[in-house]
Amino acid sequence: MNIALLTSEIAVVILALLIIVFDLLMPRQEARRSLGYFAVCGLLGILVYTFNQHGISATVYHGFFVVDKLALFFKQLFIVATILTLLFSFDYIEGLTHNTGEFYALLLLSLVGMMLMASANDLLTVFVGLELMTIIFYILVGFDLRSSKSSEAGTKYLILGSAASAVLLYGMSWVYGFTGSIVLSQIAAQHNASPAMLLGLGLMIAGLCFKLSIAPFHMWAPDVYEGAPIPVTAMLAMASKAAGVVVLLRIFLVAFASLQAYWLMIVSLLAVLSMIVGIIVAIWQTNIKRMLAYSSIAQAGYIVSGLLAADAAGVKGMLFYAVLYMVANVGAFAVTTAVNNQYGSDQIDDLSGLSQKSPFLAVVMTISLLSMAGLPPMAGFIGKMYIFMAITDKGYFWVAMLGLIMSMVSVYYYMLVVKVMYSKEAKSEQEFTVSAPLRIVALISLIATLFIGIYPGPLADLANAAARSLW
Amino acid sequence: MVDFPLLTAILLTPIWGILVLSVMPREADKTIKMISAVTMAIALGLTLYAYWAYDVSLGGLQYIENVPWIPELGVSYALGVDGISLPLLLLTMLIGFSTIFVSWNVEKRSKEFFIQLLLLIVGAVGTFVSQDLFIFLLFYELGIIPSYIMIVVWGSSERVSKEYAAMKLTIYLLLGSAFMLAGVIALYVNAFPAGMRTFSMQVLAQAHAVGNLSENVQIVTFLLLLLGFGSTLSMWPFYSWAPDGYAAAPTGVSMLHAGVLKKIGGYGLIRIGLLILPLGAKFWAPFIAFFAVVNVLYAAFVTIAQKDLKYIVGYSSISHIGYILLGFAALNVISIDGAIANMFAHGIMTALFFAMVGLVYEKTNTRQVQSLGGLAHQMPRVAVGFMLAGMSSLGLPGLAGFIPEFTSFLGAFKVYPLYTLLAISGIVFTALYILRVLANVLFGPRRVEFDTCRDASGVELVSLVLLGTILVVVGVFPQVLMGMVNSGMEPVMALLVKLHVTPALLGGVVQ
Repeated sequence: MNIALLTSEIAVVILALLIIVFDLLMPRQEARRSLGYFAVCGLLGILVYTFNQHGISATVYHGFFVVDKLALFFKQLFIVATILTLLFSFDYIEGLTHNTGEFYALLLLSLVGMMLMASANDLLTVFVGLELMTIIFYILVGFDLRSSKSSEAGTKYLILGSAASAVLLYGMSWVYGFTGSIVLSQIAAQHNASPAMLLGLGLMIAGLCFKLSIAPFHMWAPDVYEGAPIPVTAMLAMASKAAGVVVLLRIFLVAFASLQAYWLMIVSLLAVLSMIVGIIVAIWQTNIKRMLAYSSIAQAGYIVSGLLAADAAGVKGMLFYAVLYMVANVGAFAVTTAVNNQYGSDQIDDLSGLSQKSPFLAVVMTISLLSMAGLPPMAGFIGKMYIFMAITDKGYFWVAMLGLIMSMVSVYYYMLVVKVMYSKEAKSEQEFTVSAPLRIVALISLIATLFIGIYPGPLADLANAAARSLW
Repeated sequence: MVDFPLLTAILLTPIWGILVLSVMPREADKTIKMISAVTMAIALGLTLYAYWAYDVSLGGLQYIENVPWIPELGVSYALGVDGISLPLLLLTMLIGFSTIFVSWNVEKRSKEFFIQLLLLIVGAVGTFVSQDLFIFLLFYELGIIPSYIMIVVWGSSERVSKEYAAMKLTIYLLLGSAFMLAGVIALYVNAFPAGMRTFSMQVLAQAHAVGNLSENVQIVTFLLLLLGFGSTLSMWPFYSWAPDGYAAAPTGVSMLHAGVLKKIGGYGLIRIGLLILPLGAKFWAPFIAFFAVVNVLYAAFVTIAQKDLKYIVGYSSISHIGYILLGFAALNVISIDGAIANMFAHGIMTALFFAMVGLVYEKTNTRQVQSLGGLAHQMPRVAVGFMLAGMSSLGLPGLAGFIPEFTSFLGAFKVYPLYTLLAISGIVFTALYILRVLANVLFGPRRVEFDTCRDASGVELVSLVLLGTILVVVGVFPQVLMGMVNSGMEPVMALLVKLHVTPALLGGVVQ
């Protein structure tokens, strides 16, 4: 047994524990920002270490835990997302609570859950990873004790999330009962298409779609996104969704590959419904976080539609999209954080006159939103092209067509935000201050979005290599 | 000369300008304008050189550059121009250069304004020089979002609010482009089997010849492209964004949109629609011809009823798009020659028109025809510009508009005699509204309330002189333009002749 494969997960756990210990040892009045930088530096070290695992394809714990290019791709994605989120939210978290040390530690533990999901090779590990991540998110969502909205969101997420987990677990139990195995490849080997298996599959789809906030299992997302502290919303939108995607990939394309005839139809409907619901409802939102929540429902639809191709090209598109979606969201949430630090609320109206107060942030927000909408030459365009070309190849041209039309409709509400930033006058005369780390994160997001959009080659190669490791 | 990447230089000059502008302080108003002007002057100079040095007798693509970009998708950074795209590239630069001077009086947030203006120009340049469909797409929508912001911030609300007009423009163009993107995906997937796929326009144009694109695929794909390019070109019934958008936009943006960005639609129809999907083009041509006639007549009637100068120019521009579409729909070398040349002539004419309307508006603060009059007394120079644009618009021989229109009618008459006659009658209506506007606005008794208005002077004259000169030069020496266009269409002749005898679904019915 090669325990070294688990190094990165173990390292993150140790990092989280160290932060808790340091937090206890530090004098009460001392600022906790050093802990944040400590977490960032630690994660950077772990990120560098993960490159060491490149090219490995091995399992540990009797095939329960797998390290391959796909797992690695997602782990790096999660780590980068966490680093960037931490960097842009120092000021925000310090304004939110005194227990910043705990906050960082919890965020890291949720990261462990996601990394576990990326490597999970059996249903039980999937479930453990998922629960580790979700339970910590229940806490984090309700972390703002002064805000009733945050507490409400936390409770709502807890109740609905537990129900979804139960449904998922119930589905898994059916599958286990009728195949006698929880390891994905062994389930696949059974080629079992009995009604009981389909029932299990259906329940699992419902449970996973809840985590991914795919319509019609999306109802929790807007309230939770709106109530949660911004960095938590950001992590929920980017990383937890990506974690759901990797689980979806392994379960559908490995364990249930032979049941394609059954799930392709369902997935196509869910994806299309998600795009339509997410985009249409987003039009009426006045809160940035709520708008981004609906937009993330639509984005989940786009990502999941890549599953329809059921081949490496489609998976490549999904991985590519997951990255660019993360990058664009980092930009949008960083700007939201800056605005919140300034005005203490996150209504779209608060962005008024941002192009005059801070032209740089206005550009970052615009580019990020347009990337999500999929306009060239931003990254989102390339991502959509990859996915849609892959599924058109398999005869799902109608999904591609609908997706393109809806993405252009989505420009409508993104433009409303842009309009507020560019044409309205600022609400107050006071100077707009932005901390250096936030600026850097915003700059990274801007450059990455444009770079991926104009020269997608390197990322596409990475995604391609990761996608191929599934077969 | 082969070694110098001329087209890349032309493309990068405005991009370089944008980068320089973005680091300028906001207060450096004059410097910002100077930099924009210098940038466009360099780009225009390079383009003029390219036009002059292009070997017409050789024809075909020249100044070719090719760098693999995304090998796995078959995308390469392929640039090149031929007789079809070079006039349009020149058009972009001429109008782009003029818009800088037309916008010279923009004081409010001038840095952002000029950055976005240059972005609009970069988008148009990129579409005309790229020979790769993917690179084409990257540039195709570049102008839409800046247009939105520019209309909302610097535009004017008269009949409709500028927010409404800007959103209408954005949604129309983007929805159109959604169909176009779907068409491109369908084309890409169907043209070649996996592993051999490419976005190169040259290679895709071979797909039909080797029989990879079935007629049904071509018909569906062409329809999708037509929806996209048609709305860019303001083809009836996808035109209604155009008049509102032009009216609300600041003058420079109206000029670029009506003069240049619209032409991307026509260019796409020819370059992608006709050359890659000839059977699709043949199937839809009768419909396009019908739409063209509706464009000409309907828009002309609407123009007659307009009272706002910008709406008059906007609708008249839509009406003229009908001539271009008719020339395209006839699918023979003469008519398409005319259509391409007309895109150039129409662009210059409309841009000059909008520039003059902008000047009048700036000086008199009204665009309503009935409250204007006798301006030739106070502003003789503006009156000259108006006259040149108006006369070219109604096809007066000796100005740029005549030969292209005549040529496309000549080509189209053989194929669609009835439609062509109807379209020609559009000239009569054009004459009606143009002459009426010119008479009401420029001539008549002197009105004392405009005595304080000064005539165009200094930088305001740049667009008048430049575009006016082009109208006259191309009108007197049409060969400068027609020779170039013809050399671009020469290689297509074989395709068109063969297409003419290829049986097509419904193809014979309407003819």
